[in-house]
Amino acid sequence: MTRKYELVYIASPDATEEQLAELHGQVEAVVQRMGGQLEKTENWGRRRLAYEIGRHKEGVYVLDVINGSGDLMKEIERRLKVYDTVIRQLIVRVDEGERVVVQKRTRRTEVSRRRRVARGLPPDRQPGEGQRGEFEDERDDRFDAEDIR
Amino acid sequence: MNGRRGGGSARGKSGAGSGKGDGQRRPMFRRRKVCKFCADKIDDINYKDTKLLMGFVPERAKILPRRISGTCALHQRKLRVAIMRARQLALLPYTAE
Repeated sequence: MTRKYELVYIASPDATEEQLAELHGQVEAVVQRMGGQLEKTENWGRRRLAYEIGRHKEGVYVLDVINGSGDLMKEIERRLKVYDTVIRQLIVRVDEGERVVVQKRTRRTEVSRRRRVARGLPPDRQPGEGQRGEFEDERDDRFDAEDIR
Repeated sequence: MNGRRGGGSARGKSGAGSGKGDGQRRPMFRRRKVCKFCADKIDDINYKDTKLLMGFVPERAKILPRRISGTCALHQRKLRVAIMRARQLALLPYTAE
């Protein structure tokens, strides 16, 4: 059963380039060996942590999107735990969530298209159509984080 | 897309209830709260989207309750999960100092 997972790990800010490359290589190797596929890797770079982890105030964030089995992820997790250059890691399964999002989105556009056609309009919104200021409305106060008192 | 804006302008609403007993203490204008995620059609509440989540964790870093933000039940649940994940990754604080 192959699923889609996101792995984010935070490497220590004093990790060298080689150490980071080694971590990445380690992940890649496990993925290769256990018949997975590394869909993409994103390096968010050095970021401030919201709170201190151990003695660290900063961390190097790396995101990997991996297609593979649960056992594969378990193995990766186990291996990353061994390294003390990794100060935090999180694995989240995303395929299910993504499916739902896509479903919702297509359903919504379909409904709006159908309604528009029923009203005798072209299925897609034309430029300059709709109420003025519908987007980026400065006076939009439906939600206002300041209003919490 | 479908006339939702009309419902959003609930500012003048207090005029109706002002004669009754419930309006005695507060003849104030209460804006009607609408779920941000429903209104903006944000389907995916992602733990990586710190900017979005920040709006729901005020200074103390607690999760903003529904009664204040107006978020609907479904989205509040998703929001909660996203915030908890973001906290694990130190993208958001658990608490303010």
